[in-house]
Amino acid sequence: MTTIAFPIPRPKHPSGVWNWITTIDHKKIGVLYGVTAFLLFLSGGLEALIMRIQLAGPNQDIVSAEVFNQLFTMHGTTMIFLAIMPLSAAFFNFVVPLQIGARDVAFPRLNAFSYWTFLAGAIILKISWFTGGATNAGWFGYAPLTSVQQNPGTGIDYWIISLQVLGIASLAASFNFIVTIINMRAPGMSFMRLPLFTWMTFITAILVVLAFPVITVALIELYFDRAFGMNFFNVAKGGDPVLWQHLFWVFGHPEVYILILPAMGIVSDIIPTFSKKPLFGYPAIVLAGAIIAFMGWMVWSHHMFTVGLGPIPITVFTITTMAIAVPTGVKVFNWMGTMWGGAMDFKTPMLFAVGFVAMFTIGGISGVMHSMASSDAQQQDTYFIVAHIHYVLFGGAIFAIFAGIYYWFPKITGRMYNEKLGQITFWVIFIAFNLAFFPMHFLGLDGMPRRIYTYDASMGWNLWNGVSTLGVVLLAVGILMFMHNIARSWRKGDVAGADPWDGRTLEWSIPSPPPEYNFAEIPEVHDRDDWWARKRREVRREVPVGGGSGEDEEEHDIHMPQPSYWPFVVSMGILIGAFGLVYPVANYAIAAIGVFIGTVAVYAWSFEPVNDPEDGDHAAH
Amino acid sequence: MELGARGFGAEADKLTDERVTSINMVKSAKSLKRSLGIVLAGMLVALVMGCTPSHAQSTFDTLGPVAENQLFIFYVILAAGTVVFILVEGALIYMVVRFRRKGDGDPAQTHGNTRLEIIWTVIPVIVLVVAAVPTIQGIFYAANPAYSDNYRGEPLEVDVIGHQWWFEFRYPNPSNAQEQIMVANELFIPVGEPVSFRLDSVDVIHSFWVPKLAGKVDMIPNNDNTMWFEAYQPGEFFGQCAEFCGVMHANMRFKVIAVPRAEFDVWLARQAADAPEPSDPLAREGKDLFRSAGCSGCHQQERSIIKLRDDGSRLPGRTGPNLTHVASRVNHLGMFRNSDIEFEAGNQRQLFVNEAGVPVDGGGRQFVSDSMLQRNLKTWITDPDSLKPGNLMARDGVPYVDPDKALSERDVDALVAYLLTLK
Repeated sequence: MTTIAFPIPRPKHPSGVWNWITTIDHKKIGVLYGVTAFLLFLSGGLEALIMRIQLAGPNQDIVSAEVFNQLFTMHGTTMIFLAIMPLSAAFFNFVVPLQIGARDVAFPRLNAFSYWTFLAGAIILKISWFTGGATNAGWFGYAPLTSVQQNPGTGIDYWIISLQVLGIASLAASFNFIVTIINMRAPGMSFMRLPLFTWMTFITAILVVLAFPVITVALIELYFDRAFGMNFFNVAKGGDPVLWQHLFWVFGHPEVYILILPAMGIVSDIIPTFSKKPLFGYPAIVLAGAIIAFMGWMVWSHHMFTVGLGPIPITVFTITTMAIAVPTGVKVFNWMGTMWGGAMDFKTPMLFAVGFVAMFTIGGISGVMHSMASSDAQQQDTYFIVAHIHYVLFGGAIFAIFAGIYYWFPKITGRMYNEKLGQITFWVIFIAFNLAFFPMHFLGLDGMPRRIYTYDASMGWNLWNGVSTLGVVLLAVGILMFMHNIARSWRKGDVAGADPWDGRTLEWSIPSPPPEYNFAEIPEVHDRDDWWARKRREVRREVPVGGGSGEDEEEHDIHMPQPSYWPFVVSMGILIGAFGLVYPVANYAIAAIGVFIGTVAVYAWSFEPVNDPEDGDHAAH
Repeated sequence: MELGARGFGAEADKLTDERVTSINMVKSAKSLKRSLGIVLAGMLVALVMGCTPSHAQSTFDTLGPVAENQLFIFYVILAAGTVVFILVEGALIYMVVRFRRKGDGDPAQTHGNTRLEIIWTVIPVIVLVVAAVPTIQGIFYAANPAYSDNYRGEPLEVDVIGHQWWFEFRYPNPSNAQEQIMVANELFIPVGEPVSFRLDSVDVIHSFWVPKLAGKVDMIPNNDNTMWFEAYQPGEFFGQCAEFCGVMHANMRFKVIAVPRAEFDVWLARQAADAPEPSDPLAREGKDLFRSAGCSGCHQQERSIIKLRDDGSRLPGRTGPNLTHVASRVNHLGMFRNSDIEFEAGNQRQLFVNEAGVPVDGGGRQFVSDSMLQRNLKTWITDPDSLKPGNLMARDGVPYVDPDKALSERDVDALVAYLLTLK
């Protein structure tokens, strides 16, 4: 292929906007993912804040019922698809190649494509606020509330198309990481030596590959119902709205583990580092993660205990759901086993990681409570469930993501965040989180349904709603402190050095920030926690401890893929085409333009020279 | 075991063997509940009840067997969960204090402990198996009214039909098996009897939930869901739609009113009757207006009887609630009271009187105040969105969408005067 002279050379932009647009460096893509997803996390948080202000007291009129419905729908969709998943993806991108001793992911251009397509999906969803109303049928979009008759506006269409585009991004990224983790491991890095975060990334990627096709099919059916008058979910024509629920939750429950397994991976790396002990029961934790992922496919109907499936199916799903608590418990106990007898240093990442264990345990306990269908009959669709999901997704996933951001911040930027401010931020967020979400348990058991835009003063829900809103306001303060710390330290923080935490895994063996090629020399792995073991051996041999040297004389021979325009262009084709699909019938011309741009770009991508033609000798290797 | 046998013995000969076995299981769990439930409840008073007093929809203030059973199961897992919570969080706090870093040395490097890991895998399994037993009993208990202590065969069966955003209830007509009686937003039930419900919806998915009587079951178009509950004592219980169903989900509410059987029979007979012809001239004007203004396009107000099809299936009703006896409703729109005993004692109308005007046995608890009813109806007809923003009457009703046909104040007064005659 290198003999074909292609008219457009590969881009060379050492810095600036074009450098970011054309980059295929997994570390830069990781930063793009992280920053974008964090901004979207803020937008989802703002939606939540408006809802909490509306609910702070009874009979308030700050937003209308219609706007409130859009707010909670967008909040859920944003936090799941545009915040937690891509924040996890930011770590997959930045950390996994470093942990396995690779110079990049298996398909660097596909990786860039994943990011730009994710951004396209995010734009499509968020822009619907400004095009006549966002989606308002809940993040679960139960039929027939999503039908054209019930919901004639374009909000639902934006939501469908956005999720489809995000699905493309997630699938591409997941295939990429599966191939990367299988094929790009350094010599000696066997699967049972993989760092836990990489393990959980691997399992999560497999879950994405299996789960997203289900929601894709369901969304296509819904789109056909709306755009072409088909009747998958149309009751009047014999369709069944319960079919949607099965399809949605067959995707939706594994999705929950897609959100939490990376968080468990992050925590499983942080706790040993700050305890100076290896992970307790490594094989059990890995196995528990795999079992959770596998059993995640057998529990979807616990989201549907009140749908009237009949006592026998409800019993079956009660048992499977209760069973999934066992491997989850194994993980918690093994983290505690790791801490037991350790030399724990409560730096900010460790605070968030231990906070994760403490809060996730509460979410796990309430999870068992509604795994039991009888007690769930009272809890389903109340604030008790809202409390539960925030304990697992905020106290769980987001705490772990914060832990990860603080933990890898010195590696990503080469600078150290402000430790004291970090610790204060943890306590503010920890207290605010509990103030915001623990009272929701009481509200739910006190009969307050979810998704109500207001409530009457006589219901007795005033106090805890007020407390909860106070907690969310304080939470916003904590998030602002976090942002201040990160933004300031990124520019002015102390130089961190290669290995500030006495780290255990390979990413700490290279300089901070890592050079573009990551490893001057691909390491040979002899142990689980190889870098830590290597340091201890070197100490014995009285060899100075330190990061790998940055500038290596062999650098000139390191073969790195070059930047490319085409992933970005393909994603823009998808973005344009997707907009054409939002307005059925009228704008298929726009859809066609998008498809054309995408197709041309895919061809250009395929025939792109491996390297810049001027550097042709190199490409031949 | 003894307790279980005693509670069960009286009815044993009435039932077939299979059912006896399963009912026996459920009932022995119920008696266990009496003792264990009290202990656990006491333990948790400080923890939960202190924070969650007996509010209108509190799931702790159970007044029927289904909710009681579900609360018992919640207590079982709450107790187990509290133990786990204290152990895990306690251990975490202990470790945080005890195992802090001192100096530079590495701690002992343990990689795992197979025996310990097996123990903390097996113990949760045992706890969960134990918790699963009452749960599974509870699942079957909530599915079949025959498990009620008061089951006497052939329970009252009410059809519950969800509409955006109100509840329709259809009772079998006691005097004609081919007919049903339509009521809206107020569900009267006889005390101390299990009542069965068939749940349906005409538009989107709703959920039928009366927290003090039973957990919820969804109302899904064409899905034939069923449930049952029973009230131990007379009273009014709040109900609310629990499945998000569109813009006015928050105010899709209703009341369950449990009354003694005799009152219930009187009430049902009255609901079955046709509306009386108004005599007052303003009310007569209102009746004409009801048709000419377009109200009758969605509401029926003269007859609450609807026939069943020959195959026994239901005929669809109109879009809006049946108003034939709207002036006999204790609550307006299922949420605002039509009476205020403290302030308007002189102006209350007792609901349960027989044809001679004498209160029926045990009656006198349910009142309607005509002046409050009048005010509520007037507010509603004048500006429906002020009480339930987004409702379909304000969205689609002729007087509200066509400025030429808007109601004058006199029109509203006439309509209210007419509706007040629909007792």
